[in-house]
Amino acid sequence: MADLNMVFAGFGGQGILFLGKVCAYAGLMDGKEVSWLPSYGPEMRGGTCNCSVCLSDEPIASPLVVNPNVLIAMNGPSFDKFIDTVVPGGTVIVDSSLVKSKTDRDDINVFYIPATEQADKNGLKGLANIILLGKLFKETGLVSEDALELGVKKSVPAKKQHLVESNMNAIKLGGSL
Amino acid sequence: MSERVLMKGNEALAAAAINAGCHHFFGYPITPQTEVAAYMSKMMPKVGGVYLQAESEVAAINMVLGAAAAGKRAMTSSSSPGISLKSEGVSYIAGSDLPCVIINVQRGGPGLGGIQPSQADYWQATKALGHGDYQLLVFAPSTVQEMVDMVTLAFDKADEYRMPAMILADGMLGQMMEPVTLPEPVKELPKKEWAACGHENKRPHNIVNSLYIEPDELERLVDERYERYAHIQETEQRAECIMTEDADIVVVAFGATARIAMSAVRAARQEGIKAGVIRPITLWPFPNDILKETAKTAKAFLTVEMSKGQMVDDVKLAVECAKPVHFFGRTGGVIPQPNEVLEQIRKIAGGIK
Repeated sequence: MADLNMVFAGFGGQGILFLGKVCAYAGLMDGKEVSWLPSYGPEMRGGTCNCSVCLSDEPIASPLVVNPNVLIAMNGPSFDKFIDTVVPGGTVIVDSSLVKSKTDRDDINVFYIPATEQADKNGLKGLANIILLGKLFKETGLVSEDALELGVKKSVPAKKQHLVESNMNAIKLGGSL
Repeated sequence: MSERVLMKGNEALAAAAINAGCHHFFGYPITPQTEVAAYMSKMMPKVGGVYLQAESEVAAINMVLGAAAAGKRAMTSSSSPGISLKSEGVSYIAGSDLPCVIINVQRGGPGLGGIQPSQADYWQATKALGHGDYQLLVFAPSTVQEMVDMVTLAFDKADEYRMPAMILADGMLGQMMEPVTLPEPVKELPKKEWAACGHENKRPHNIVNSLYIEPDELERLVDERYERYAHIQETEQRAECIMTEDADIVVVAFGATARIAMSAVRAARQEGIKAGVIRPITLWPFPNDILKETAKTAKAFLTVEMSKGQMVDDVKLAVECAKPVHFFGRTGGVIPQPNEVLEQIRKIAGGIK
């Protein structure tokens, strides 16, 4: 597998860091080397928030992703900030319920998914992040299906395991969009 | 062996310390190391240990002195400004020949500085954390797993040499998550015959002290300590060498920065530039021997740091100025990027040809 250098970005509170954690854990369950690096500091208080996640067969060198081959953008400022950093051939998943602009780059694969709207419609409020993950999984097959489910189980706290099912539903929904 | 789990550097470090037999933690919160204290506060009661949030950094380090004097494995953690506050206590601990572990999850300075990652406390850690003639053992992890492994090592070496040891990490390592395997809890700790922990009238009482009014006596004690330091410099140097055998350009970088350097070196190799990395694992003792050896084959060195170049002089001394030592760094919490480092490597390579 080629290395995945991913950036997930949006507002604090959208579950950006959780999304990253699910990917990292899913990678770990698939026997990959993984790293998860959050932005931290004042930007987490309602401002923009992002994290870098790397999956590789080799030990991860720099965990800070500058030029991602995968980007998930959940708000306008993040989309504007990162869209031009994506390497040619990269995959971009955008929550089009919240991001109104589009890119005119034609060297990357961009998918505009109304994730927040779909989450609200399907009783999956707050799981727009996981819907986008479902789309990413479908488009890139970043990990095996079993590893993805294990990644969700590992990332959801022990006391909240009843939420695993809705997360898995969100992944399925994302894949169908 | 236990399962590989994803943990934040700060939490993994705390978990490893508890498993290394550290049941006495004294701290004071500061970003970006707060998760160390938060984890300790949750887990210490479960192992019957002491977690105490002191009223200040100064108090915390002196509580470490007390617990260490009683023969316990004690630890404190902080980030740059907090470490400056602890420096007096660290000097007293060194002057009392006590072992302990101090964690510095560095952030940008000077002053209150910022809260993003930095390595600008290199001088403080390796040259002068506090007053007087003394050294600390300084370990520089570059992965979350290494944070775990080095805590155990730091406690063991601190006990062996009866001196404080520091883990010099940074905000990036503290905040990031990577898979780790935690060590099993230690069953037996080294005996400490010198500890002041109650003699029950069965032995002469032990005194822990750093005040020596007679200059001759104080000099003798410092000299003894320096004999120990000389032994440590001979036997405890550690570094990792990656692709250095045939390297013309050797990047010297420690901690998280070494990983960024590694990305740059991999890219340089793809362009046909023979580059390698030496990653000092101990910053004191500095890995002089391996650098001196490498200077026989390398044509130039490039130190990369998250500071204004605090390690450059140590590299120059180690290679005895036999080869040019270049520098690239970012500071104030800015993380150098692999392509910036690659650009420097290209420049040096151009000069060599």
